[in-house]
Amino acid sequence: MKIMVCVSKTPDTTAKISFNAANTEFNSAGVAYIMNPYDEWYALVRAVDLAKQFPGSTVTVVHVGRADSDQIIRKGLALEANDAVRIDADPHTALFTAKQLAEHARSKNYDLIFTGKETIDHNGSDVGAMLAEFLDLPFVSYASKMTVAGTTATIERDIEGGVEVVEVKLPFVVSAAKGMAEQRIPNMMGIMKAKNKPLAVVPPVAFTDKAKVTRFELPKAKSGVRMVSADEMDELVRLLHSEAKVI
Amino acid sequence: MCRTSSYLNDVLQKIYIMVLVYIESPKGQFKKAAFEAVTYGAKVAAALKTTCVALTLGNVKDAGILGEYGASKVYNIASSNVETFDSQSFTTAIANAAQALNASVVILSHSANGKSLTGRLAVRLNAGTVSGANAVPTLNGGFKVQKSVFSGKAIAEYTIDAPIKVISLMGNSIPAQKTGHSVAVSALDVAVPAPRVKVISTRTADGHVPLPEAEKVVSAGRGVKDPQNWGIIEDLAAAVGATTACSRPVADAGWRPHHEHVGQTGVAIRPNLYIAIGISGAIQHLAGVNNSRVIVVINKDPEAPFFKAADYGVVGDLFEVVPRLTAAFKKFKAN
Ligand SMILES: Cc1cc2nc3c(=O)[nH]c(=O)nc-3n(C[C@H](O)[C@H](O)[C@H](O)COP(=O)(O)OP(=O)(O)OC[C@H]3O[C@@H](n4cnc5c(N)ncnc54)[C@H](O)[C@@H]3O)c2cc1C
Ligand SMILES: Nc1ncnc2c1ncn2[C@@H]1O[C@H](COP(=O)(O)O)[C@@H](O)[C@H]1O
Repeated sequence: MKIMVCVSKTPDTTAKISFNAANTEFNSAGVAYIMNPYDEWYALVRAVDLAKQFPGSTVTVVHVGRADSDQIIRKGLALEANDAVRIDADPHTALFTAKQLAEHARSKNYDLIFTGKETIDHNGSDVGAMLAEFLDLPFVSYASKMTVAGTTATIERDIEGGVEVVEVKLPFVVSAAKGMAEQRIPNMMGIMKAKNKPLAVVPPVAFTDKAKVTRFELPKAKSGVRMVSADEMDELVRLLHSEAKVI
Repeated sequence: MCRTSSYLNDVLQKIYIMVLVYIESPKGQFKKAAFEAVTYGAKVAAALKTTCVALTLGNVKDAGILGEYGASKVYNIASSNVETFDSQSFTTAIANAAQALNASVVILSHSANGKSLTGRLAVRLNAGTVSGANAVPTLNGGFKVQKSVFSGKAIAEYTIDAPIKVISLMGNSIPAQKTGHSVAVSALDVAVPAPRVKVISTRTADGHVPLPEAEKVVSAGRGVKDPQNWGIIEDLAAAVGATTACSRPVADAGWRPHHEHVGQTGVAIRPNLYIAIGISGAIQHLAGVNNSRVIVVINKDPEAPFFKAADYGVVGDLFEVVPRLTAAFKKFKAN
């Protein structure tokens, strides 16, 4: 089985979010970046396990980004992906990113393409669906469990307040949510091997974005917490009713 | 400029610029998100000086009531190929409808299914897109839509520069609003391909509002100490009329099902009221709840970071405070 795993990079969850003076760009000074948790813990780990189940399989990590992402890509290789491709462009928007990933995948005949549920920076949950549409493939989002037998996959996907079980034939695009796999830490052997695995850098195709971020702003700060004594729960309920107006 | 040309402009706008809202109808029924989406569509249409039209797929009970929320027309596509969800057949149905009706803005709900349609439709219609919008677009200096980014830690304003726009609306961003009256439903005859993803079964917990749609949420963390103590949380939730949620360690330990886990790696919610009990308020937890309108924090540690993100705080032992609060809610409801 030929598997592609789309991996993005995002600011560490504890990173301080700030912008340039014009509020048009994210200020990355001093920000540590990590592999998007959904891509790492769920998509990649599940892909690697599936590859083991089907001997002769390969897992290719694909990333749209600049050279400063290489460390994150190497981590993917340390988690036992076979090789990696970096499309050398800034992933400005989901549409641009999906287009680049699609052009890479078009000629490769992957049997299975994984994305994460969403990136934790722009929280779009867009790229997987767009990629599937560019490639005219089925798309199953928010998979929390997946098994493959022959050329058919059975998948549990998260829906509002429950799960839906679906069946779909390879090839398709799937986005991985919590439950697909357990977080794994690369071992020493994996890290050593990763250093020599192929990481191809390819140029992007031309594509014009149709939307862009023109301004960032920080949410309005809370006006400050109002403390209520533990003995005065009637008062808390009264405040929620007449001041906050939520009950 | 003569009167006729501005009149003509108006007519042309009516013909070519129309807002189409795709309304989900799981099991043939509308949920709260459906009414929010039409309300939003009507507001977008008003801003663009045009009409808002709703689209439903499959068998739907009472689709005409979407008119009450501002749809001037409701279209329905009846096809055996839309009985269960498949992003490809649904995308084709909606895209064909959008083209047949000359829609220039297509709106969806940012739901589990909506999220896999938004991206596909954007590609199919060669559109500019913003998913998870949380406010009505502004038209000053371009078509601008805002959404929450960095797990709720910032807001981004996107400018869409394309004749066709696809937007998905984040739940609980704007309240549903009745402004009109029920309208007739017209059948729309467009081709829909057979689904390639086959739905085998669905399991949904009936009887309570799913977390992403809940307006009130009572949530608890490791401070509860033992799954056996969860009863006091449920009692409070029942008194408040809330859905229950939990922090990640609670779900990881198997005390509560995973679909109740909120935060960065769980469900992101934005209820009107979020009551957090025995939760420290780690940044990854806040990422999923900081868009709640009002946050109440109950924690025995006055230094718990959650108090910084709270509107109301109570310092105390949850085993004493929570039953008291439950009693207070009951008393309030009885009056
Ligand atoms: C990449 C990443 C992603 C993560 N994603 C998530 C996520 O999505 N959601 C999430 O929740 N966490 C997430 N976490 C974990 C997160 O960092 C915290 O560890 C977690 O939220 C803590 O859960 P808690 O508040 O229930 O437990 P604790 O941090 O142990 O806090 C328990 C709280 O209960 C209080 N308490 C104890 N006893 C009582 C009592 N009797 N009465 C009143 N108060 C009491 C304590 O003072 C304390 O504040 C993530 C972590 C990482 C690294
Ligand atoms: N720059 C990128 N390179 C490769 N894959 C990406 C990139 N950005 C997003 N993805 C993939 O698309 C998924 C959804 O991202 P998003 O639509 O941004 O929420 C991520 O979990 C990744 O799997």
